[in-house]
Amino acid sequence: MAIIYLVLAPVLGGLIAGIDRRITARMQGRVGPPILQPFYDVAKLFEKEDVTVTPSQNFYILSYLVFMAVTGALFFAGEDLLLVIFAFTLAHIFIVLGAYAAFSPYSYVGAERELIALMAYEPMIILTAVGFYLVTGSFYVGDIAASQIPVILYLPGVFLGFLTILTIKLRKSPFDISTSHHAHQELVKGLTTEFSGATLGKIEIAHWYETVVLLGIVYLFFGFNPLLALVVIAVAYLLEIFIDNTFSRMKWQMTMKSGWGSAAILGFLNLAVLYYFYLGV
Amino acid sequence: MVISAASIYLLATSYARGTVYYTVPFEPASQVMFAIEMGIALLLLWLGIRFKQYIAVALVLVQSALMLFYEFTMGMGMEPVKNLFFDQFSIIMAMIIGIIGSLIAVYAVSYMKTYHGHHPEVRDRRRFFFFVTFIFLAAMFGLVFSNNLLWIFFFWEITTLASFLLIGYAESEEATNNAFLALKMNLLGGIAFAVAIIYLASADPAGGLLELDTLIASGQAVAIVPAVLISFAGLTKAAQMPFSGWLVGAMVAPTPVSALLHSSTMVKAGVYIIVRFAPVLAGSLAGMSIGLVGAVTFLVASGIAISQSNAKKVLAYSTIANLGLIVACAGVGTYKLIWAAILLIIFHAIAKSLLFLCVGTVEHRTGSRDIEDMDGLIVRMPRLAAMMFVGIAGMFLAPFGMLISKWAAIEGFIDAPFGIIFVTILAFGGAVTVFFWAKWMGKIISVTPYGENVEGTISREKWTVLSILTVLTVLAALLFPLISSGLIEPYLLGVFGETARLAQDNIIIMALMISLLLILPFSLPFYAKGGKTMPAYMCGRTVTTDLKFAGSAGIERTMTTRNYYFTEYFGEGKLLRIANPVCILLILLAGAIMAGVVM
Repeated sequence: MAIIYLVLAPVLGGLIAGIDRRITARMQGRVGPPILQPFYDVAKLFEKEDVTVTPSQNFYILSYLVFMAVTGALFFAGEDLLLVIFAFTLAHIFIVLGAYAAFSPYSYVGAERELIALMAYEPMIILTAVGFYLVTGSFYVGDIAASQIPVILYLPGVFLGFLTILTIKLRKSPFDISTSHHAHQELVKGLTTEFSGATLGKIEIAHWYETVVLLGIVYLFFGFNPLLALVVIAVAYLLEIFIDNTFSRMKWQMTMKSGWGSAAILGFLNLAVLYYFYLGV
Repeated sequence: MVISAASIYLLATSYARGTVYYTVPFEPASQVMFAIEMGIALLLLWLGIRFKQYIAVALVLVQSALMLFYEFTMGMGMEPVKNLFFDQFSIIMAMIIGIIGSLIAVYAVSYMKTYHGHHPEVRDRRRFFFFVTFIFLAAMFGLVFSNNLLWIFFFWEITTLASFLLIGYAESEEATNNAFLALKMNLLGGIAFAVAIIYLASADPAGGLLELDTLIASGQAVAIVPAVLISFAGLTKAAQMPFSGWLVGAMVAPTPVSALLHSSTMVKAGVYIIVRFAPVLAGSLAGMSIGLVGAVTFLVASGIAISQSNAKKVLAYSTIANLGLIVACAGVGTYKLIWAAILLIIFHAIAKSLLFLCVGTVEHRTGSRDIEDMDGLIVRMPRLAAMMFVGIAGMFLAPFGMLISKWAAIEGFIDAPFGIIFVTILAFGGAVTVFFWAKWMGKIISVTPYGENVEGTISREKWTVLSILTVLTVLAALLFPLISSGLIEPYLLGVFGETARLAQDNIIIMALMISLLLILPFSLPFYAKGGKTMPAYMCGRTVTTDLKFAGSAGIERTMTTRNYYFTEYFGEGKLLRIANPVCILLILLAGAIMAGVVM
């Protein structure tokens, strides 16, 4: 499973990115690029000259890509979900460090904002793992996915909370505070301002890996019915694209409030009820 | 000077390892201890009157009165037999004190030399300084090897005195005030400890209950009252809210003192005693509220750390937060949580001492301990920045120690009563932790186009100590399964009859991740060779190589970057205003439950 993931996830993630761009274009009344455009883009990036502000940036981004792949490999190998989450955080710290290393005003602000986003989504993602444990009795992705319990029925609040942070995680508007695909704003490209060529290509590939893992977590809510799970994943992603196109970017405070608010209200209340009924206290 | 310290250092470490193999239960020397205790009380009274610290005087008087009362009405004929002991937990503590403590002492020799060069206004009392430091370490050894509560109390009071003297070392007004603040708060705890002793002596005139093991084994009905009182003493010593002020104030002391207080001594005595009493506290409402004090402290102190730019203050709040987590684990007290708590104690001691000593070195080289001034530390002090990087990573990133323990804590809390509250607090606190460490990390690894290497003058002893601690930080993460199976698990089996551990496959994955982290930096030279470097994007303005550009009205400006601190959300005053009353209420709740038991 893990090896299949390492090979296929970039393909799948790239396709999702392509479909995303096409649908976004249609929503904006444009024709949009071909579905395979993200692959053409990345292929072209890898042919470019290696230009950096400081060579150490490349090291951080390589580490980012490697640990993002490790995260996904652990996830699809059915390992402990908490460990997956920690590896995920580690990977993200690397991209943030890469942006810091460049000592450029735009990437610096982007790095700080990315950390805000990280702080915003982290509690909810941990509570999601805790929710799976309370329902299925295991932290292992393998056990959770194989569980015949309709997890979603026990964790509706956690699911909604997770969708909220999914928007933050995928850096969709209104939460694209650290960087976005549109370089026409005060941040320039924020986090990724100082990356180019093959290094930028690696960031794209890492992002594809990331998308697949995140959608994999959505799957876990519906593991009892794989078909339904796939439908929900498609709908959830469509919803993300829709949100992306209907909202404009908001201040970082909004990101914090949404992330922590969903964890404190949707996540905590859901788990508290579950805890009360399941464990008696 | 160096030689003497080195020999003492050798003595100290061999002592630490020697005790692993033998213990000598020699005849009690309680009378001598009592005499010393009274001597200390007189000394503190004199200092208190001289510096017009009348609250401290009153607290000393109350405590001495309690001990005199005990000695003359109950002390007679009360001779607990088993005075010394050691078990796996004591050994772990002794290793921390012996290894980390003596490394800090070695570092201090070199540090204090530079310190007096930088601060000509401070009276040079280095002999006194090292004397107190070694008394401090000795008292810590005494504390973890004593089975007689009276003896523990004696060593407990010596650590209070030693930290008081060390914090006040600079003899400035601020140092003196902060030393007295520490003294007052710890004396409050000492009074609670003394009351616990009197309570036990009146409960069992033969003195059997004054033996730690008997007391802990005697069950909740008997032991809950002293357990709560002594845990209260532990809370003050471990600087939990509302007593966090003293540890933050203690940073006026020379940096090795902070490193000692934060990693291997003092605060670790506080959590040590609470973890010892965890089997008594487990499952009781009083234990729960003590645990909640820890949990609230963890969350709030982590939040405050975001708003601080003084590196030592960030470290102080992070210590308070981690101690909070340990207290939370011990207060709830299931075997899984104690496993996490002991791991936290070990990992925290190593990484935190490394970080304090790094900050101390940076301060001496650059003249600032402000994180904002650490831009491009990787350019100015590459080796030191790399060590600091490892230390910070050790504090919050997978697959290093602190994260392993937090992970264990989450898994432990889920199965504990009311655990969901603790898990939620941990989830939020953990996120906050990531933020304040990562932004510090980012600051030191920013590669500035200016700045030159100023590492040259750092002494060899400092390098040695820093390198050892860096290696220990990584090794501890690699080898913790051995520490766990060799020491922690036998201890837990002895106390709880069951034990926790991390699943085998997870350990293997963590080890693989560490090896990846060790391999990846080798890509650096490869990248440094090829490729073209360009200045950072500055919106098309003309910029000089050291990032100066023509600002409005032709004024030359330098590009600077600053971190977010969010003082309006995470300010010290703001959060403490909420957290202190909450913690006081929780402590009062524990007190009320205890009073209910007495009546």
